[in-house]
Amino acid sequence: MFLINCPYCGERDQQEFKAGGEAHIERPKQPTELSDDEWAEYLFMRKNIKGVQFERWNHAHGCRKWFNMVRDTSNDEIKAIYKMGEKPPSQ
Amino acid sequence: MRNKYSVFSLIKNALSYHENWQRAWKDPAPKKEYDAIIVGGGGHGLATAYYLAKKHNMNNIAVVEKGWIGGGNTGRNTTIIRSNYLWDASAGLYDHALKIWEGLSQELNYNVMFSQRGVMNLAHNLQDVRDLKRRTHANRLNGIDAVYLSTEEVKKFCPIINTSPDIRYPVLGGTLQRRAGTARHDAVAWGYARGADAMGVDIIQNCEVKGIKRNGDSVEGIETTKGFIKTKKVGVVAAGHTSVIANMAGLRLPLESKPLQALVSEPVKPIIDTVVMSNAVHAYVSQSDKGELVIGAGTDDYVSYTQKGSHQIVEGTLNAILELYPIFSRMRMLRQWGGIVDICPDASPILSKTSIKGLYFNCGWGTGGFKATPGSGDLFAHTIANDEPHKLNAAFNLNRFVSGDLVDEHGAAAVAH
Repeated sequence: MFLINCPYCGERDQQEFKAGGEAHIERPKQPTELSDDEWAEYLFMRKNIKGVQFERWNHAHGCRKWFNMVRDTSNDEIKAIYKMGEKPPSQ
Repeated sequence: MRNKYSVFSLIKNALSYHENWQRAWKDPAPKKEYDAIIVGGGGHGLATAYYLAKKHNMNNIAVVEKGWIGGGNTGRNTTIIRSNYLWDASAGLYDHALKIWEGLSQELNYNVMFSQRGVMNLAHNLQDVRDLKRRTHANRLNGIDAVYLSTEEVKKFCPIINTSPDIRYPVLGGTLQRRAGTARHDAVAWGYARGADAMGVDIIQNCEVKGIKRNGDSVEGIETTKGFIKTKKVGVVAAGHTSVIANMAGLRLPLESKPLQALVSEPVKPIIDTVVMSNAVHAYVSQSDKGELVIGAGTDDYVSYTQKGSHQIVEGTLNAILELYPIFSRMRMLRQWGGIVDICPDASPILSKTSIKGLYFNCGWGTGGFKATPGSGDLFAHTIANDEPHKLNAAFNLNRFVSGDLVDEHGAAAVAH
């Protein structure tokens, strides 16, 4: 449980938000040409990092907008928050 | 030679004020090389080592554990054991474990306090009723004991449940598996450790794995905080930290690690003599032999390795508990804790070979691995020893995420399985 600084609404309680999992997983450009292995990689395989991880969050009980977050999963410390489409900050 | 525990050994040791009990397991330094190494000294890892030694004559093996044995999720779960799963593959897997549980204390000569007090799952809406009836039929076709109960029968089986029709989520019925129940979680780890150690397995605690050494596509050994150990077979049984080990070998797995919470109340006199689980409102409760109510809460929805979890998750569970059991309204909670669970997209485990020769994973048990401990160890030992899965865990391979042949127990099983 922690506070999240929504880029649209400001600081709110984490329970207003929905975690959306790992960020920057690109949707395949040519889905019809993907092998089963590549589909598995895209759909299911995750980095699941213990440490600094890039992820998507949604302010589900607020502005309902999606944004990105850089968070240390070993202590839940938020390192950075940036809007969708913006370049992720370098580590 | 391991001394046998019996009433006579108890009397004998009582005469010397219990100061001369034999050590249950040694504290060895790692050898230079083993035939196989198990990474993770929880219940599943220790059981794997035990069955490797017992059934496959692999005695030159080690279990490495970064903390102390049984200190992770083995010591953090709510000790529920059942096998009433919907899908055939899951039913086979979990009932295999339940059958081993039934004779485990005798086999290990260690009292794991397995108590078949029954597990009851409640239905709170019409869809729950249909799902639970379907599951009951599926269980019976698979030879697993299951009965469907009406609201009156639920009330009769567990009189403290509030079955009034005017509560927010009224009890419309339930299922009961009488062979299900609970066991003493620490004793399971200790019993397997003692049994494995007696057959020559080295249990190496405070030894964290730092890297997996590969030669091309085969495993050569592991780097640990106690130095390099050579081996051709590594079985990873690291629960919430599985992805961390997988990353060392350059593998990605379909796992997300999340905090799962549980809590216990102050001890009171016996009031609930079974385990009651409720999927729809997410509340499950049983009573330990000490008298504490053991309550399981849910997972947080974000990846975290903090072993904490959010307050509102506990609050939601307790709201549901209070509506179902008004008698608990003045109970005080003593302790709360979190464990890190590794969850697969289909909420079923992985017991599998990998693309790297000699590297095996036993993971993805998510929120309900404790019940499977003996079966998981037995089948994983088979997989490691033969380099091929047993027919009971063949469906739980890593390749199912490529083939699409998932064992989708999300929602099909009861809560927090």
